[in-house]
Amino acid sequence: MVDFDLTQEQIMVRDLARAFALKDVAPHAHAWDEQSRFPVEAVKKMGELGLMGVAVPSEWGGAGFDTVSYVLAMEEIAAACASTAVTMSVNNSLVCDPLLKFGTDAQKAEWLTPLAEGRKLGCFALSEPASGSDAGAAQCFAELSADGSHYIVNGTKNWITNGPDADVCVLIAVTERGQGNRGMTAFISPMPSEGLTVGAHEKKLGIKASSTSQLVYSNVKIPVSLRLGAVGDGFKVAMTTLDGGRIGIAAQALGIARAAYEASVRYSQERMAFGAPISQLQAIQFKLADMATRLDAARLLTLRAAMLKDQKVRHSKESAMAKLFASEAAMWITTQAIQVFGGNGYVKDFPVERHFRDAKICEIYEGTSEIQRLVIAASALKEVSA
Amino acid sequence: MRDLQPQAAQAQVQELARAAAQDLLAPSATANDRDERFPEDAMRHLARSGLFGINVPKAYGGLEAGVVAYALAVRELASACAGTTVGLMVTNMVAEAITRFGDESQRQRWLPGLLSGAHAAASFCLSEPGSGSDAASLRATARREGNDYVLDGTKAWITSGGRAGLYLVMARTSPDGGSRGISAFIVEAGTPGLSATKPEDKLGMRASVTTQIVLDGCRVPAANRLGDEGDGFKVAMGSLDGGRIGVAAQACGIAAAAQRCAIEFAQGARADGSALSEQQSAQWLVADNAVELDAGWLLVLRAAALKDKGAPHSREAAMAKVFCTEMASEVASRALQVLGEAGEDSRYSAERNLRDARVTRIYEGTSEVQRIVIARECLKALS
Repeated sequence: MVDFDLTQEQIMVRDLARAFALKDVAPHAHAWDEQSRFPVEAVKKMGELGLMGVAVPSEWGGAGFDTVSYVLAMEEIAAACASTAVTMSVNNSLVCDPLLKFGTDAQKAEWLTPLAEGRKLGCFALSEPASGSDAGAAQCFAELSADGSHYIVNGTKNWITNGPDADVCVLIAVTERGQGNRGMTAFISPMPSEGLTVGAHEKKLGIKASSTSQLVYSNVKIPVSLRLGAVGDGFKVAMTTLDGGRIGIAAQALGIARAAYEASVRYSQERMAFGAPISQLQAIQFKLADMATRLDAARLLTLRAAMLKDQKVRHSKESAMAKLFASEAAMWITTQAIQVFGGNGYVKDFPVERHFRDAKICEIYEGTSEIQRLVIAASALKEVSA
Repeated sequence: MRDLQPQAAQAQVQELARAAAQDLLAPSATANDRDERFPEDAMRHLARSGLFGINVPKAYGGLEAGVVAYALAVRELASACAGTTVGLMVTNMVAEAITRFGDESQRQRWLPGLLSGAHAAASFCLSEPGSGSDAASLRATARREGNDYVLDGTKAWITSGGRAGLYLVMARTSPDGGSRGISAFIVEAGTPGLSATKPEDKLGMRASVTTQIVLDGCRVPAANRLGDEGDGFKVAMGSLDGGRIGVAAQACGIAAAAQRCAIEFAQGARADGSALSEQQSAQWLVADNAVELDAGWLLVLRAAALKDKGAPHSREAAMAKVFCTEMASEVASRALQVLGEAGEDSRYSAERNLRDARVTRIYEGTSEVQRIVIARECLKALS
């Protein structure tokens, strides 16, 4: 039955996240951005609230809610601070999710539980200096030791969100050269580790309060017991994980877009021009109407992808659609928001300048808009020929 | 969001519409567009299958299937022939108005006939040469004379004009009072004083007939008034409110047809030694179409589900209408681009889809009216 209503539980999670975001995140977002300061306290509190493992079952330390709840919570956090939100998204989607899906019980007990409880923070390493979208071209190599007890990892991973603050990394490395996608394997890589160097903080355009760095592996030993999934399954682990991650980033984009939209609506009712609030001008009204419409469309696409994930239905196309549409909507909406604010939108005294900078990354990480279009086109073409 | 699967009864209506679209509409859509031919027989078939009264109770011959089912059916039909579908949509609107605002004897008098193929369509007569979006300023008059009303005036852009069996006419019963001085009447075809002008020569929707309706001393019994005197504006707006969801669904059907046309072409055509569908240039157009189609359809389903529940939905219906109708123009335009020169050729549906899409941004509330509605709701919500 066609039913767009949220469950009581989903509403509860959303309201909890909203209350937290308004009290503990929003008041600091501007300063964190200015100082490029990682929101340590907020992340700790999110752990206590269950927001670092929203959809992880309670037996593994998570909050035990569904993906729709996760999306709703992400939107709330992102509306307050996109940097805090991506920290949350990486831990939930890119670390907890693959551990839950591909980890052994022992791995879950040791790693998933503290991650889901927020006692540890995770990161995810797939991209490299010379390979982003073309993930199959990765070079970072994990070689099985002669006695078969551990892997020795060498290589460099790039643009690692949470890298400087993480306690563990879900690492995708090549275990058999020349095999492309089939030669990759996933690992649980504890941090710090001997030989693992966390690079300098990247200086970014947006999401400046989130930490991003390189991870340089130089003869880092990872015990065989920390291999995640089977040998050769690394690409599958990565792609499955990103199907979920894209829902998280779509939700992040929603939050950024909503913050910019709501700021614009409020500002338009206060700002006077030609003797009346600018909200009375159709030039402004039409922008607000289009912002609201795209925001709603983006939210519906995102919730649909989340719902399908909860139903355990394949959702690669729907996740890609949500991510593509929501991130481009966020970029468009934040651009329009600056226009509504005029000169005030261009200065840091008002929040939309930050929202605009924060929106851009959503079109790039966890699969660029171009990768999403490839996924969607392949799927659309297949549906008609079938 | 818990589920997006139609219920069995809704899926049944969709299936009924899909079969009708394939068997009755698709085979002649290109020719009907080219020759501006109103498919009278197909329309009567659609009537007999219940599709003239998707939201009308079964007791009167309708399907009683709800708004989601209506949207599903309209999408299917419009993907085959949008022009025929607009005639069907307006007929549904009139049938619903009779159901909602008519009394029992009026329902008995008009609905069973309309829903069993007695007429090829019903028409909705609100707009005038001098009033479109500003409907409350209409000037047609209905003067009371004993047990009759005498209607005078001109109605513009009337879908199925001259071919319909019933005309729902909004006319002024009080010279002042703005929107409150308007009443609604059912005028049966053949009533002296009602005539249709020569059909408009249109850009799109050419399988639908559009005329002016001239009322010249047109005498109708008072028993043909729908609702009370002064209720006409309410009847009109109540009808259009659901109409917006229908037009949004129609736009989705047009867009889906264009997208299918583009994909089939891309898979068959070759460029630089490989299938066109293997070129990113074509893939990008297909991907953007797919995303926007899904986004639009979700907006339609949401508005329809709210309306089915009896919940407020004017903001959501307006969003669905403005997004889907503008999306349909974009999607059809991209489809044409995939086809290249062939896109100009009427052997492919893309050029018809593009022409058909355009008017959806205008009728039953222009995009501008939708944006005013949305902005008003948004400002209210955050003031």
